[in-house]
Amino acid sequence: MQKLEYCDLPAHQLVELIKSREISALEVTESALRRIAEVDGRPGTISQESDDPSEAEGVHAFITLTAEAARLRAKDIDRQIAAGDDPGPLAGIPFTVKDIFCVQGTPSTAASRILANFVAPYTATPVQRLLEAGGVMLGKVNLDEFTYGSSNESSAFQPSPRNPWDTSRVPGGSSGGSAAAVAAGEGQLSIGTDTAGSVRQPAAFCGVVGVKPTYGRVSRYGLIAFGSSLDCPGPVARDVTDAALMLQTIAGVDPQDATTAAVPVPNYLSSLGRGVRGLRIGLSPDYFRITFPDPQTGEIQQAPIGEEIESAVLRAAGRLAELGADIVDGVPMPHTRYGIPAYFVISRVEAASNLHRFDGVKYGYRTPGDVADLSEMYRKSRAQGFGLQPKLRILMGMYVSAAQYSEQYYNRALRVRTLIRRDFDQAFDPQGPYRLDALLTPTTPTTAFPMANIYGDSVLMQYADQLTVPANHAGVPGISLPGGLDREGLPIGIQLLGPDYSEDMLFRIGRAYEKVTADAPWRLIRSKVLREVQL
Amino acid sequence: MTDQITPELFNHLVQLAALELAADEAEYLRGQLNNQLKAIHELELIPVNPATPIAAHGVPYTARNSQHARPDKWQPYPDPSEILDQAPETDERYIIVPEIPHTDLD
Repeated sequence: MQKLEYCDLPAHQLVELIKSREISALEVTESALRRIAEVDGRPGTISQESDDPSEAEGVHAFITLTAEAARLRAKDIDRQIAAGDDPGPLAGIPFTVKDIFCVQGTPSTAASRILANFVAPYTATPVQRLLEAGGVMLGKVNLDEFTYGSSNESSAFQPSPRNPWDTSRVPGGSSGGSAAAVAAGEGQLSIGTDTAGSVRQPAAFCGVVGVKPTYGRVSRYGLIAFGSSLDCPGPVARDVTDAALMLQTIAGVDPQDATTAAVPVPNYLSSLGRGVRGLRIGLSPDYFRITFPDPQTGEIQQAPIGEEIESAVLRAAGRLAELGADIVDGVPMPHTRYGIPAYFVISRVEAASNLHRFDGVKYGYRTPGDVADLSEMYRKSRAQGFGLQPKLRILMGMYVSAAQYSEQYYNRALRVRTLIRRDFDQAFDPQGPYRLDALLTPTTPTTAFPMANIYGDSVLMQYADQLTVPANHAGVPGISLPGGLDREGLPIGIQLLGPDYSEDMLFRIGRAYEKVTADAPWRLIRSKVLREVQL
Repeated sequence: MTDQITPELFNHLVQLAALELAADEAEYLRGQLNNQLKAIHELELIPVNPATPIAAHGVPYTARNSQHARPDKWQPYPDPSEILDQAPETDERYIIVPEIPHTDLD
């Protein structure tokens, strides 16, 4: 019999228990803090890596743990409830924050040496909304430096997070700390960001739910920017209901971010149980082929996706069909394979532009040595403060946007982006040949890969996002759901993509899938880290 | 096949980027840039009509989903010292930087 702690229960159940005073917010917070003490190990720091072999067993999700602030906050929630007040829809729910969001008075590092000493003077809108809804922040979790990666290994704060299902493997990235924390019971929810798949890919690798909302559905105010036309803050949660609850809290227009959409936010929870009868759910052959660079020549090749991942998606389609959904096969998404090449251009141009602000003048790292003048101070501060991945993005961004190359690269990539968007427009067009409510795909080309297997090969690492990045180019919403385990016992993610602002539909399909697979044997298997704490 | 980003071009980019690199770092980064360009050249496989519009955002912004512009109104920041405290070097609420190089324009 498994021993379940409060930290293992979903947020929507805990809120009811806390509000009815069956348990206290403080008990729930203490449960999460105990789990962190049991499984997380040393938090990431910019000091030298340790050679302690026991570190290979830890999850290492955190950079900054704010335990005392969390206890005070939980007590305040309990006081509000005792006084008859309603602290909000997330009353007493522990959550973590990817350390790419500013939170007033806490280090906000972007997992980079250049911001290691930066204490944010204000709080990002999505975090502020979680707090105003009664959430209890446990701390800031690790990520790839400035979000640049798909494994978390590029973080300047080591040890980097590990996958709770197998700690010799990566948790994915860049929201790897978020996904690992949620999977290990270190907070019910986490706020991540998704620029090419950075919420959905780690969610898939760690066996949790990850949502990339429609671009503009959630404010980017207070988010340290990567690709400003692509970045989407989004929920990481244990199940679809919790993800819906969280998005309900953070979504909506924000005067501080002019790109947030002035579109009303529907009630995601009220439509969760409507089922899928009559919905049209598509499958595209273009999402069952993967593209990758040849290890010897670097030439780009294609191959069918792995059989286990394909089977998981087809099984999901079969279960949804049993529930009454119409499965529409053969939906063409011909520009899917160009998502990564276009992303190599667009995201680098935007990253280079955003990284120019880090100069050692206003905040962050400044070289401590003597310098002859301002130019040398810039060069030394940026050279010492940035890791390899930001430097790589700056250099590529400057190259492909240079006046003599921009038509060949940047403008071409922006036109290809239009073509990727048209693929989705055609698939979802209510008057078109396919008239889809959602497209069902694999989330990732593989399950979680071993640490150090890919890191260093920036092309292969980028192709880890090939099935998620088209939604970022198109701006459409997506959700990754646990869809089974492979033969090594690692989670497989399945993805639903929908038209603009259709998150309610994705939650509805996701919830139906969750219900119909509730008794599947793989749903009953716990991750390695959870099995060990529950012995 | 020769590298598209030669050492000379690479050094020029490093200078423009306000970076300086150790030799091993430079070698790794130049190699990765050239590898990434092989992937980027995949874009040339698609016939792109010059009339195809560029997409700055995936989601179109129309009157239906756009916010009204905020009034251009000055609002004092509640505590400027919180911001100044983050600067590496200050003096009397001025941010201090090293000597700014002087360049005579032709």
